[in-house]
Order: sequence, then C-alpha cells, then structure tokens
Amino acid sequence: MVNSLSQSCLKKVIKMQSKSNGVVHWKLQRISAIAMIPLVIWFVSSLVFSLTNTYDQSVSWLQSPLNATGLVLLFGTLYFHAASGLQVVIEDYVHNEGLKIMSLILIKLLSLLLGVLSILCVLKIYL
Amino acid sequence: MAEFALPKHSKIVKGIDYPLNTNAENTRKINVYRWSPDDDENPRIDSYTIDLDQCGPMVLDALIKIKQEIDSSLTFRRSCREGICGSCSMNIDGTNTLACLKSIDDVKGDINIYPLPHMEVIKDLVPDLSKAYEQLTSVKPWLQSKSDPEKGKSRKQSPKEREKIDGLWECVLCFSCSTSCPSYWWNGDKYLGPAVLLQAYRWIADSRDENTEQRLDDLEDSFKLYRCHTIMNCTKTCPKGLNPAKAIGEIKKLQLERK
Repeated sequence: MVNSLSQSCLKKVIKMQSKSNGVVHWKLQRISAIAMIPLVIWFVSSLVFSLTNTYDQSVSWLQSPLNATGLVLLFGTLYFHAASGLQVVIEDYVHNEGLKIMSLILIKLLSLLLGVLSILCVLKIYL
Repeated sequence: MAEFALPKHSKIVKGIDYPLNTNAENTRKINVYRWSPDDDENPRIDSYTIDLDQCGPMVLDALIKIKQEIDSSLTFRRSCREGICGSCSMNIDGTNTLACLKSIDDVKGDINIYPLPHMEVIKDLVPDLSKAYEQLTSVKPWLQSKSDPEKGKSRKQSPKEREKIDGLWECVLCFSCSTSCPSYWWNGDKYLGPAVLLQAYRWIADSRDENTEQRLDDLEDSFKLYRCHTIMNCTKTCPKGLNPAKAIGEIKKLQLERK
C-alpha cells in the first residue's frame, strides 16, 4: 500500500517536472514584446533627436538616471525576447535532439552574455 | 532539420495525357497526382480532359466522371458528396478543401489536384490520416462528467451555453486545416494541429463537460498547443468556413487565466 502510494506520488512529481511551461514561455514572450514597444520608440526617437549631439552631450544624456534606467530595461527585455523567440524557431526547425539542446543552451548563454555586457556598458558610463 | 526538399523517390514526373476525343467545346483539363504503392514508380501527374457539359458542377463530380469513364484506377475517398462526411478533402488549385464543395467554375484554367499536403500517401489522393485520428483520440473528444444527470433526463444546456459551441460542432474532421498548417508540417508528431485543437476546444467550451481543468492541463504543453504561431492558414482553408485559429486562441486565453 505504502509502496503503491509513494509510487503514485513519484509519478505525479515526475509528470509535473517533465511538463513544459508552455503558457509561461508564451506569456513572457508577449509581455516582453509589449514592453519593448514604448522602450524602442523612446530609444529610437532619442537617437534621432540627438543626431547632432557632441560626444560630451551624449555622455551626459547617458548619465541621466532616467535614460540609464530606460537603456538597462531595453537591453534586458531585448535580449530576453530575442532568446525566447530564437528558442521557438529552433524548436520548430531543428529536429535532431542533441543539436537542438546544444543550440538552445548556446542561444541562452549568448543572450545572457550580450545582455549583461550591454547593461554593464551603460552602468560604466552612468556611474 | 526540417526537410524542405522532396526525397528523390517523391519527385513528381509527368504522367499520362488523356485527351478528349469528341468535339466538345466546354472542356477542362484536370491534372491529378497519381502514386501507387504497388510499383516502384515515382509519383506522376496524369492529365484528363473532360467535357464539362456532361459533368456535374463540382470537382468531385469531375473526379467521379474520370473514374467511371476514363480511368477506373484513380483512387480517392468520397462518400456524402455534400460536405458532411469530410472524406473528399484534398488539395485543389493550391488550397485544401472538400472536392464536393469546390465548384469547377471557381477554378480558372487547368484544375490541379493533389492529396492533402505533408501526409503519407496511401494511394493517389488518399492520405494516411491514422496519426491525426490518434491525436484526435488523445483529446478525448466525448462528454466527460463526474456528476450524474437527473434520472431519466438529459443534461440541460441553456441557449446561451449552447451558442458557445457554434462554429465548433460543425467541423467534419476533414483535416484540411491541419494539413495546411506549416507548423503541423514541421512538427506534426508533437503538435496536435488546428483540427484536433478545435475539437479539444469544442469540449472545453461545452457547459455540460465537467473535465475542463484536466483537458486544459493536458494541453498546456509547448508543443501540443503552443506550436500554433497564428499563421492562420487553417482558418483560410477551412471548407466549412470555421475558425480553428480562434478556437486555439480561446484555449491560450483560458491557459493564461488559469496561471
């Protein structure tokens, strides 16, 4: 009895673990897409308005807390969104399991690296 | 990787031309995909020219005429000839549809007929749908309830509740939608496809079904459900004018509300 009970519990746990978080991934991908709409509009318009800026003016623009926050948020969302989008593309088209897992890990590490690097660059100028 | 080119043995070659030997004026050429498992030949396109004045108005009428009068070896599924049984689904003029609901007049020029895309072919226009039927079985397309209905009475449903399954119950399971979906082409082994997901939603939306949570649990999977990238081919192709993409969207909405 005990054995069968623990077995059924184990079964449940295994099932829960192996269950992929379809809805979480789907939701985060959409939230990051929506978050990027204002961030990208703000960033691109800032770039356009500062086309004639000197080097010093650009640095001081980056040193404003509001702009630095915006940039950090933009880079964070951008790389997160890119990684989750590329994950879907790889899952769609790469059918070799080993190659799939390797490219998924590579994409995640690469976007993490680029994301952290970009944010550190912003912080370096800001601080 | 996904296969983008056909394997060598699947390359389609030119087949037999069956010209019309009468002086009929109102004629049409019909090009049909032919493949038989009984020989080692590549698939071919046979061309039949038929007299439209001696033929019914639908593409299925033309196929039946060809089978009866020109080439009895032509193989296709058909039964009701009025869009209810879902048997004669095939790719006509580049679109998946039911041959019995597709008017010959709606096609300009030659009529090209192929089996449903990206399915194994059993013979000619007959695709192997056994995997699709298995997927359908996996969503348990029948009423599941824990409670018993009142003795001797049927389960009641208000007109408003009944309205919720309009646009869902009409599906005849011809699989035109699933086989038009690129996501189903690439991942048809794991992704359930629009036809099956529409059926799944038909029972989720049914007020009499009491197993909704379990049904949603079973579908919450990045492959079973979320391979739908809202390409919308399913809705565009449905010969019954249904909207499988909307049904999938409703399932995604319910999944979101649950989390």
